Amino acid sequence: MSKMVEIRWHGRGGQGAKTASLLLADAAFNTGKYVQGFPEYGPERMGAPISAYNRISDERCSVHSNIYDPDYVVVVDETLLSSLDVTNGLKESGGIIINSNKDPAQLRDKLKGYKGKVCTIDAGKISEEELGKNFPNIPMLGAVVKVSGVIPEADFISKMEASFKTQFASKASVIDGNMKALKRSMQEVKGC
Amino acid sequence: MAVKDRLTGNEAVAYAVKQVNPDVFAAFPITPSTDVPMIFSSYLANGEVTSEFVLAESEHSAMSACIGAACSGARTLTATSACGLALMWELLYVASGMRLPIMMPVINRAFSAPLNINCDHSDSMGARDTGWIQLYAENNQEAYDNYFIGMRIGEHKDVLLPVMSCQDGFITSHGLENIDLIEDDKVKKFIGNYSNEVSLINPKHPVSMGPYDIPFYYMEHKYQQVQAVKNAKKVIPGIFKEFGELTGRKYSWFEEYKMEDAERAIIILNSSAGTAKAVVDQLRAKGEKVGLIKIRVYRPFPMEEIAAALSKVKAVAVMDKADSFSNCGGPVYTDVRHACYDLGENRPKIINFIYGLGGRDVQMDNIAHVYEELKKTMAGSGGELYRYLGLRE
Repeated sequence: MSKMVEIRWHGRGGQGAKTASLLLADAAFNTGKYVQGFPEYGPERMGAPISAYNRISDERCSVHSNIYDPDYVVVVDETLLSSLDVTNGLKESGGIIINSNKDPAQLRDKLKGYKGKVCTIDAGKISEEELGKNFPNIPMLGAVVKVSGVIPEADFISKMEASFKTQFASKASVIDGNMKALKRSMQEVKGC
Repeated sequence: MAVKDRLTGNEAVAYAVKQVNPDVFAAFPITPSTDVPMIFSSYLANGEVTSEFVLAESEHSAMSACIGAACSGARTLTATSACGLALMWELLYVASGMRLPIMMPVINRAFSAPLNINCDHSDSMGARDTGWIQLYAENNQEAYDNYFIGMRIGEHKDVLLPVMSCQDGFITSHGLENIDLIEDDKVKKFIGNYSNEVSLINPKHPVSMGPYDIPFYYMEHKYQQVQAVKNAKKVIPGIFKEFGELTGRKYSWFEEYKMEDAERAIIILNSSAGTAKAVVDQLRAKGEKVGLIKIRVYRPFPMEEIAAALSKVKAVAVMDKADSFSNCGGPVYTDVRHACYDLGENRPKIINFIYGLGGRDVQMDNIAHVYEELKKTMAGSGGELYRYLGLRE
């Protein structure tokens, strides 16, 4: 892959969209890519809409602006679909991944005529079942890697496991739960 | 071999400070520089550094603590942004006037009012005349490298001046990117040991520091400070050369990007330089003769070098991420235009854009517009000299 992949995340303050973008950058770095992962800060409030961004490429990218024509958009909070134009600038060759228990066809109407790929993943459910809490960012991360193909899957899984082992060295259950959430989301994402 | 890693700009600076293991770090947290003391405090808690960490009750106190520590010959730093830097103002002059090589990462942020936490260069540009050396960084790598280079400049026996090492708040300070770290032993060797012969705690050479200076002497002491800045101008190229030999990263007063046969150029600092380089590449692919100069050392200002670099160019746009409300352009503009005065017939036409204030995102289209405007400037139908870029109507 010589082309640069650009991803825009939409979430609400406190949901971990920024962390997810940094984790994705981390995972891509671990597979030998040049990465950027950065948030867009507005008023820092829990629940306020926030954006975060990723650029992933085989070459260093010097551009330091936000992303306006992303290849993929990730929506961590479904309620944002009615308040934000989430597909603005989104390439039709790419796709959008939404955290929702609905089928992609049920959400396409809300996407202002977007013709590219629409995928959904019930990240809240997976997180509650595997981690006991609603932390949607890890399942969202799995889904975006599956849908975008930005990192080879097997490589991604082994690098994430290594990263969780360092991060949660003393909490084996957290490592297991996160790994299960990651793998499940890669299998359960709909529409790809 | 360099250590491949990925860090935010703030993480990179905190890591550099860890590798230095300074004697004293005094700080008061302020967005977006807070990460630097925060990450450093975890290094301290983990026993990875042996520094004295002073949690001050304000930035005025943090800089005062740094001055006290530096007077005793300690390797000292603080980190700050925007209003934090403003609250230090009085002490900025004390640090430079007393010739104390304090390091200060400045994570650039806009001033209030209106209240804003995002990036522009109003803070450090306002402090450009306080007698500190100022270095600017495009990305996390340069912010990291500039920390070590800054120390070497400031601590040089012919210089002894404090150093601000600036990078863009949030844009690079909170952006994760690849970075090549330098091995600890190489860092230690590059920065060496610091010992200032003049110290308050050297009983063999008792001194007074910072006493009242009567008019009979004050000007001569100020002139010594000017001499120190002139000396910085002399020693900086050697320090860059040594750093290049250590890391392979060749730095200079400024980076010239595709300037060889450029007719139109922009002058820019920090993160937007990277965005502008991508625009230069696009325009070059269409056969347009455009280039870019990214200033790394702003104080001392490389006046002769800038003039020489611009003598072959026909039209220049100087980009300022801060206004000076002088009604005659931003701070970098007035310096660059002044530098070119003696070029005579070779003097390019020079215009100014104020851009990216308060975190306004600087896009490739914005920069492309500047190069387009320079075509008109070159043709002599240029419009205002001093303009705002991307202003909404």
